Amino acid sequence: MPLLTIADAINQALHQEMERDSTIMILGEDVGVDGGVFRITDGLLKKFGPDRVTDTPLAESGIVGTSIGLAMAGLKPVAELQFDGFVYPAFDQLISHASRIRNRTRGKLSCPLVVRFPYSGGVRALEHHSESMEALFVHIPGLKVVCPSTPYDAKGLLIAAIRDPDPVIFMEPKKLYRSLKEDVPKESYEIPLGKARVMIEGNNATIIAWGSMIPVALKAQAVLAQENISLEVVDLRTLSPLDNETIFASIQKTGRCVIIQEGPRTCGLAAEISARITEKMSGSLKSPVKRVTGFDIIPPLLKSEEVLSS
Amino acid sequence: MPLIENFNPLTDKMFQVLDHEANVVRPELLPKWNDEKLREVYAQMLFLRLADFKLINLQRQGRCGSYISIEGQEAAQLGSGLAIEKSDWVFPAFRELGICYIHGVPLEKIALYWMGNEWGSNYEANVAPVSIPVGTHPLHAVGFAWAMKLQKKPTITISYFGDGATSEGDFYEAINFAGVMNAPTIFFCQNNQWAISVPRSKQTLAKTLAQKAIAAGIPGIQIDGNDIFAVYAATAEAAARARAGKGPTLIEAVTYRFGNHSTSDDATKYRAKDEIDYWRPRDPLVRFKLFLQKKNLWSEEWEQKIADEARGKILEAAKKAEETPRPKPDDIFDYLYAKPTPELEEQKAYLLKFL
Repeated sequence: MPLLTIADAINQALHQEMERDSTIMILGEDVGVDGGVFRITDGLLKKFGPDRVTDTPLAESGIVGTSIGLAMAGLKPVAELQFDGFVYPAFDQLISHASRIRNRTRGKLSCPLVVRFPYSGGVRALEHHSESMEALFVHIPGLKVVCPSTPYDAKGLLIAAIRDPDPVIFMEPKKLYRSLKEDVPKESYEIPLGKARVMIEGNNATIIAWGSMIPVALKAQAVLAQENISLEVVDLRTLSPLDNETIFASIQKTGRCVIIQEGPRTCGLAAEISARITEKMSGSLKSPVKRVTGFDIIPPLLKSEEVLSS
Repeated sequence: MPLIENFNPLTDKMFQVLDHEANVVRPELLPKWNDEKLREVYAQMLFLRLADFKLINLQRQGRCGSYISIEGQEAAQLGSGLAIEKSDWVFPAFRELGICYIHGVPLEKIALYWMGNEWGSNYEANVAPVSIPVGTHPLHAVGFAWAMKLQKKPTITISYFGDGATSEGDFYEAINFAGVMNAPTIFFCQNNQWAISVPRSKQTLAKTLAQKAIAAGIPGIQIDGNDIFAVYAATAEAAARARAGKGPTLIEAVTYRFGNHSTSDDATKYRAKDEIDYWRPRDPLVRFKLFLQKKNLWSEEWEQKIADEARGKILEAAKKAEETPRPKPDDIFDYLYAKPTPELEEQKAYLLKFL
C-alpha cells in the first residue's frame, strides 16, 4: 500500500469519487487552475474539466448557496471554502437552508452536498486562518460534521461524506495535511459516518479527541504509558452525529475521561460530550470528566501562538 | 429579441404594453391570446385576489397562523408564471401565493403551509418551498439553473423576491454568479415599494433596481408589474434568452403592496393613505378589467359568475387544508436526515412518552 499524507488521501478520494459518479462536481475559490491553496484539488481540473471543477467568484455565501441549488437539482457539489475563518459568510446558507431543505419539504427535496474546509491552528498564519469552530456546525440540526485525523480515515470519511444523502461539513486539520503519512489502500472504501474509532486501547482513562488534537492525545498516551498509566484514545472522526455508543463503552471500561479540544472552551464540543457522559454514565465514572481545551480567546498571531504551543 | 437587450435601465422609461388607462401602447408585444384566453387569464387573476383575501380572513379568524398577502402583485406573478413552462423551476420568497398556485402548487397545500403544517411544502410542482430569509434563495435558483445547463436540460429557473432583497449581499452574489456561469435563470424582483415599513427610497440611491444588473454584466429591465402584458412579454423573452443559452436577466417589476406586510403588521402606522389612493387606480385587476371592457369582453354578470366559481374552489381548498390531520409528532424528528440519527431517535422516544 502506498504511503499517503492526509492531503494526498483527500485528493485521491476526490479523484476516485469523481471517476465513479459523473454528478459530482467541485467548486470554490482557486480549486481549478491553482488546485486549491493547499493543493487538495490538484490535477482535478485537468482530468475532469472546468464544468466539473469550477473556479467560482470570490463569494462564500454564493459558493454554498449555489451548491444548494446544484444539490437540489440532483448534482453532488463538493464545495471548498478556503479557510476556516472564511466560512462565516456562508453560515446563513448552511443554517437557514442546506440543513433544512429536507425537513422543510418533509422529504420531498434534499440537499446532499459536502462543504470542505481546512481548520486548526499552528501553521504560523494570519488572522482568520487558525480557527477551530466545529461547535458552531455541530449545533446545527440537519448537518453532519466530519473531522478526520489520519490519511486512512480522511479518504474513507470523505468518500462516505460524498455518498451521504445529507449535507456534510468536512473539516480538514490543516496542520496535519502533510505532517504524517500512512498506508492507504489504492482502492475506494468508505468509513461510515457517525462511528468513532478506538485508536489505542487502555484501562485507566479515556482520552477523547478529534482532528488536529489526535497527535496531542497520542503523545499524552505515550508519555503516560511510560509511567504505567494506560490511556484509551478515542478519535471521534464524526462530530455530528456523535457516536455515543463508542464513547460510553470506553467510559464504562475506564471510568475516567479527558476530552481534548483545540477550539474555545465555552460551549465547545467537549462540553457537550462531558454533559452526555455525566448524564448517562455517572454510575461508571470514578472521577469528574475533565476538559483540556483552547482558551476563550481569538487565536493569536504566530509570536503568541508559538508561546502557547511550545 | 430587442426588448431586453436594448433596454437601458439607467435611462429608459419603465416598459409597458398597456398604459395606466389600459390603452395598448406596444401592440406588437401583446400576447397572441384569443378572447377566450384573455378572459381565462382575467379569471385566474381574480381567483388569486379572492384566494388571497380568503387566507387573510382565515388568519383573522385564527385558522391560519400567519399569512403574507399578495394583493396588488397578481399581474406580476400571474404574467410571469404564464410565460414559463411547467417543467421550469420556481424559487419563491414568502409573498408568492400567485406564482406558486399558477405553477401548480395546489391551493390546499398553500393554505396548509400558512396553517402551520410543513406538509404544505410537500407537493409535486416544480416550486421550491417558501424561503423566508430575505434575498437568500436566488442563489439556489442560480445553482439549480447552473445544474440544468451542465446537464444540457432545457429547464430554466426563476426566483421571486422584493425590493428589500436587492439590498442583501446574497442578491449581488446571485446575479454575479449567474452572469459568470451564464446560468439560465430569471431574477424576478417585485418592487412593491415597501420592505415592511422601509420605503423603496431608503433601500438604495440607485434610480432603478433593474440597473443593479449592470454591475453584474447581465441585462436588467424595469417593467410595469401591474401590466400583465408587460410582465408576460418581458418574462417570455427572458425565458427564451435563458433557454437559448444567453444567460440570466434581472426583471424589476414595479408594483404595489396594497396590504400590510403580513397579518402581524399594521401599515397605517407608516404609510399615508394618499399613497394607497394613488395606487388604487393602478391595481392590476382594475387595469385588466378596463382592457377587457374596451374589447367588450367583460360584464358584471360574468364577473359575478367567475367570482362565484372561484370562491367555491377556494372554499373547497380551505376545507381540505383544515381537514388535514395534525402531523404526527414523529415528523419533527424524521426529516432532519435521510435516516434519523440515534440521538434523534432517543429524543423522539423521550417526547413520545409524554404524548
